[in-house]
Amino acid sequence: MDGVSKTYGSRSVLDGVSTVIAPGETVALIGPSGGGKSTLLRCITGLARFDAGQITVGSHRIEARGPASQYDGVRRMFGMIFQDFQLFPHFTALENVIEAPVRVRGQPAAEARERGLRLLERVGLAERANYYPRELSGGQKQRVAIARALAMEPRGLLCDEITSALDPELKAEVLDVLTDLKQEGLTLIVVTHEIHFARRAADRILLLADGRIAEEGPPETVLGSPTSDRARKFLRTVMA
Amino acid sequence: MIGAAMILGLAGGAFAQEPPLKWGADAEGGAPYIFLDPQDPSRLIGFEVDLAAALAERIGQPIVHHQYNYDGLISGLNRGDIDLAMNGLEITPDRAKHVRFSRPYYVYTLQLVARADETRFRSVEELIEQRLSVGTLTETAASRFLERSGLEPSLYDGQAEPYQDLALGRLDAVLMDLPIAVSYARPNPRLKFIGEPFEQGFYAIALRTSDEALAKRVDAGLESLLATGDLQRIYEKWGIWNADQTLLTEPNAAAALLAGETDGFSIRNVLWSLVQASVVTIEISVCSMALAMLLGLMVAVARLYGPRPLQWLALLWVEFFRGIPVLLLLYVLYYGWPQVLESLGMSLMFAPSRMGAAILGFGLNYSAYEAEIYRAGIQAVPQGQWEAAASLGMSPQLTFRRVILPQAMRVILPPVTNDFVALFKDTSVASAIAVVELTKQYQILAKSSQRYMEIGLATTILYLVMSVPLGYLARRLEQRWGKPQ
Ligand SMILES: Nc1ncnc2c1ncn2[C@@H]1O[C@H](COP(=O)(O)OP(=O)(O)O)[C@@H](O)[C@H]1O
Ligand SMILES: [Mg+2]
Repeated sequence: MDGVSKTYGSRSVLDGVSTVIAPGETVALIGPSGGGKSTLLRCITGLARFDAGQITVGSHRIEARGPASQYDGVRRMFGMIFQDFQLFPHFTALENVIEAPVRVRGQPAAEARERGLRLLERVGLAERANYYPRELSGGQKQRVAIARALAMEPRGLLCDEITSALDPELKAEVLDVLTDLKQEGLTLIVVTHEIHFARRAADRILLLADGRIAEEGPPETVLGSPTSDRARKFLRTVMA
Repeated sequence: MIGAAMILGLAGGAFAQEPPLKWGADAEGGAPYIFLDPQDPSRLIGFEVDLAAALAERIGQPIVHHQYNYDGLISGLNRGDIDLAMNGLEITPDRAKHVRFSRPYYVYTLQLVARADETRFRSVEELIEQRLSVGTLTETAASRFLERSGLEPSLYDGQAEPYQDLALGRLDAVLMDLPIAVSYARPNPRLKFIGEPFEQGFYAIALRTSDEALAKRVDAGLESLLATGDLQRIYEKWGIWNADQTLLTEPNAAAALLAGETDGFSIRNVLWSLVQASVVTIEISVCSMALAMLLGLMVAVARLYGPRPLQWLALLWVEFFRGIPVLLLLYVLYYGWPQVLESLGMSLMFAPSRMGAAILGFGLNYSAYEAEIYRAGIQAVPQGQWEAAASLGMSPQLTFRRVILPQAMRVILPPVTNDFVALFKDTSVASAIAVVELTKQYQILAKSSQRYMEIGLATTILYLVMSVPLGYLARRLEQRWGKPQ
């Protein structure tokens, strides 16, 4: 990521964000609300466009204001998980998982179902395969959403506050799944307010405030001895 | 119904004391009986206008015209809206049960008319043999003759339209009363009379059975007009005097003719006709709703996702078809379009049939409503669903088809089903272009038998049998699709 900048109208939301994320790395993106975390993730997958700079994902180069098709490759490499799940409500859990493999990749339905069931098993929901989203708890929904993203065999996941809408006891089941995925070598970029999770699971923490990277480094450094005033201020409020 | 009145006859002191008699007749398109003077549309002319004036003088009481639909004349008379009905009303056994007919004032015959280049038939018998298509007026001697002959005539409400459709090739022949043929077909070089007029019958003035005294005076007045030759002078002026009129002098001719005809009313026939008409209603509703849903979806998608000019076009479509009455649309499609094709020298193959025009008209009309329903339903699906699908690599088209539209259906389905029930009832407007659907069939049957209540009940039941299951289906679908998330 090199000098990525974005404005909404006259308002600068991302202001020259540059960083390098290695394959298999787990990065926790933290920072105050409105700091641009969601926008940064959305710029990577093309749900939002940026105005300046450049993003390179593997061999795919994304230019500022480039065509929509430049995101196809990125979307194959990275799945995205949302705070509000966004499961397809008219499909069962299994149908949610196999929709894209069957319709986008042309996988035979039988094979997709078999793989889909294995993925649901992996997130601990094998027996809920034929439930509709409305019949699932928040934590279960989020795990289905993760299985759905994994079904496209991505190399990484972009997670935007995926536990914020969940009760504390449900957060753990989702974060455990993320920890497993990290073990399996997926690249994870996780926007989170769970400082403990960030400390425990992240290889590196990026602290984004006012559209800039205010602090960057291993968890113990960023959380233990932050150098910038902005970072100290933010950490005081969340650690209190 | 009752429009501006117009005093006829020699206005003057002679009968200024008598209250004027209210004469009901339909002036809309009724040449040569009673119609608006093309030179001066504020004036009514016609042989019945002249006859009313002459009669008023003979009976010493003014006769004032009240505009009244032809269909409603007999019930209007018995309700007391009018005192007499004179509008080319034929004496029939059914009608004779409900009104007191005066002595006949004209002996009509039926005249067959075809296109000038017609060679397939030279008589009505040959026409019947070949089972060609014939147009005529609803509930007339001509329509009864054709039905007796085993044909299914196309039934019209206006006198001009059958000849128009004949000239356009939508009909092979038209059979109507001679005076109408003289007025509308003879001046048209593209049409010709076939054979001699046949099937004599009588026009008479209808009065209330309780008004016997007035009826006697009218009879005497007509007899006097006949005797003095005034009646003949009026008919000659309008080109409708012929040898048949000698029958008018034979006092029992009408009674003899009546005895020959039988009352055709039978419950089974009525029900069967209504059921057949229901099928037409269902056909129009289902086909036009399918068309409306297809067009509506295309218009909604164009409005939501099309390039700017297409969005404007879609908006224009919605406003246009929502803003005009469907009756106007049907007329333009059925009568106007062929005229345009013709003036452009194009084949009339592209002119819609009656059913085609009805389906197209309702389809276009309802497509505007459906488009708006779809648009609201599609917009009700959260933006996040698009983003989730895009993140899975789904294209916008695939997302729309698999994710957005199925969810929008939950919002769309209830109002669309309501529209379908509304369309069901709206189809009765199609009778304006001579489609005999359920309501039209009811009118025809009720008028001829004067059994408005019984047949009305049967018709109501048929409508309910069709629409109640539809409502049930709507609720079932709503339950299935509309489960809360
Ligand atoms: N679609 C948008 N239009 C205008 N402003 C937006 C839009 N999305 C986000 N913003 C603004 O951009 C800023 C950063 O938002 P966001 O990336 O959601 O922050 P975070 O996820 O860190 O809380 C906020 O001030 C927000 O109001
Ligand atoms: Mg956010």
